[in-house]
Amino acid sequence: MNESDVRSLLEIADDELILGWRDSEWTGIAPLLEEDVAFSSIAQNEIGHARALYELVARERGTTADELAFDRAPEDYHCSRIVELRLLDWEKTIARHYLYEETDARRLEQLKQSGDAEIAGLAAKIDREETYHRMHAQMWFDRLKDERRFTAALDELRPLLDSGREEHSPELADLWEEMTVVRRSQPAGTKW
Amino acid sequence: MIYEVFRQERKGQPFQHAGSLEAANHEFAESYAKEFYGRRGESEALWVVPREAIIEVEDFVDELNRNYHRVDGYSLKGKLKEARERVGRALVARDR
Amino acid sequence: MTEREQTFLEYVQSGGQVETTDWMPDDYRAKLIKFIEMHGNSELMGVLPEREWILRAPTLQRKLALTAKVQDEVGHSQLIYRVVEDLGKPREQCLDDLISGKAKFHNVFHYPTKTWGDVGVIAWLVDAAAIISQKALLKCSYAPYARIMKKICWEESFHILHGRDVVLTLMNGTDDQRELVQEAVTRWWGPLMQFHGNPISKDEDPMYIWRIKSQGNEEARQQFLDGYVPQIWELGLTVPDPKLRKNDEGVWEYSEPDWDELRSVVTGHGPRSQDRLDLRRRARENSAWVRQVVLAQAA
Repeated sequence: MNESDVRSLLEIADDELILGWRDSEWTGIAPLLEEDVAFSSIAQNEIGHARALYELVARERGTTADELAFDRAPEDYHCSRIVELRLLDWEKTIARHYLYEETDARRLEQLKQSGDAEIAGLAAKIDREETYHRMHAQMWFDRLKDERRFTAALDELRPLLDSGREEHSPELADLWEEMTVVRRSQPAGTKW
Repeated sequence: MIYEVFRQERKGQPFQHAGSLEAANHEFAESYAKEFYGRRGESEALWVVPREAIIEVEDFVDELNRNYHRVDGYSLKGKLKEARERVGRALVARDR
Repeated sequence: MTEREQTFLEYVQSGGQVETTDWMPDDYRAKLIKFIEMHGNSELMGVLPEREWILRAPTLQRKLALTAKVQDEVGHSQLIYRVVEDLGKPREQCLDDLISGKAKFHNVFHYPTKTWGDVGVIAWLVDAAAIISQKALLKCSYAPYARIMKKICWEESFHILHGRDVVLTLMNGTDDQRELVQEAVTRWWGPLMQFHGNPISKDEDPMYIWRIKSQGNEEARQQFLDGYVPQIWELGLTVPDPKLRKNDEGVWEYSEPDWDELRSVVTGHGPRSQDRLDLRRRARENSAWVRQVVLAQAA
């Protein structure tokens, strides 16, 4: 695995981690109880994908998935602007979900062609799970496409896809603070 | 719309009623049923049916006790005893 | 009581099961709805204290487990509200009554969760107290509720293991981590002792008379103490009740729980009662348009 591979993996892993973290905020307060359960699985899958990707990189770098996920400074994450936003309006959350899944599908297709068998294999596994996410996003898109607030959200968020990976918004720093507050309360290496 | 969910735990087993959920249409119902009754891989398969498609049947009439086509309509003990005794007497008669 | 009601009473008391379309006395239906609705409300409100910690989980494993646990609880509320709806009270009406304070939810969900120690203690002890009641409900005379309890109990089994795992990891960790657990146990002990309700005799409890509950309050509390006090003590933790002991007859003795606190809390005066109901109300208002779009189009 070369540095370029590692960088690609971390980009996806960081996107999935932060997006999963944001999506998990809906657990307990989603618009419909049934949807709450469905969307929570999507959030968990995203974190699960991040974990699997971090584990690949961790082996290369002699560290652990948790250390990669939590112990970097906010400016050292490689996630894109779109996942950093805290979006507590359902139309924006679904708009992001829809746009992200579209982009992510293309990215995964590329990774599936990787010369590294482990990377290609993991990408294929993740892609199979993402099929369900894409169906879910399409289902909601079909339902909301006539709503002005939804189409406005799509327009607002589309430019943020795959951008801002080098310069993060203050929202990421805030999220990182909250994500790591318990972990940072004890010395590095403490088991939780 | 309310949908009823039937689940099969393992291949070969019957589908059993597992619960119900509210969904806008068949697509959402399928998605939600998978989540509620399969996110832990606990089901082999599901049948998801709109509640209104289900016909409930509860009223069974058997005023004249039609036990001729049930096992409890047959009591063979007495007849078997009689038949065995007859054979017993015949054997005794033959051996004299 | 009419003759028909008397026959029904004898039927349920001898183990008879009731389905949705069966005839049932008005009082039975009313008590059933109230009981089951409170359970649904509790699952839905129980989500909120734990939800905050989903965002602060210190490892990926804990993050996944805690999200899955809270997800299960939302799922349980869905199952329970469906049962109530089939009995005649629509989900939206239940949510109206919950938010307005007309309907209640269990005491433990009115308290703050202050530390990661609470996350462990809630999943280990609060869930344990709840599961004891839930296992007893497997024998509820109302069959649709008894059936969903089976799924609920099955899903809760991982919650307890997760709780125990979190607590044991903390107890085997640093002094600070052990202190997190002890402090949480001390704080949660009062509400835990009140959780199963005051020790009204089974035969005076309408829920038991109708066999909606199959266990008295004190029986449940004794079961909890029997199962969990040894687990607490074996970790070197203490419980803030000098009177707590198991006597020679095998009965746990303890200081009288604060029934005034219980009454005050479940009527909406707990430390977090109002802001949690406000959160529910706001979330519901903000997403009303979604339900309209999604469900109206279906009609």
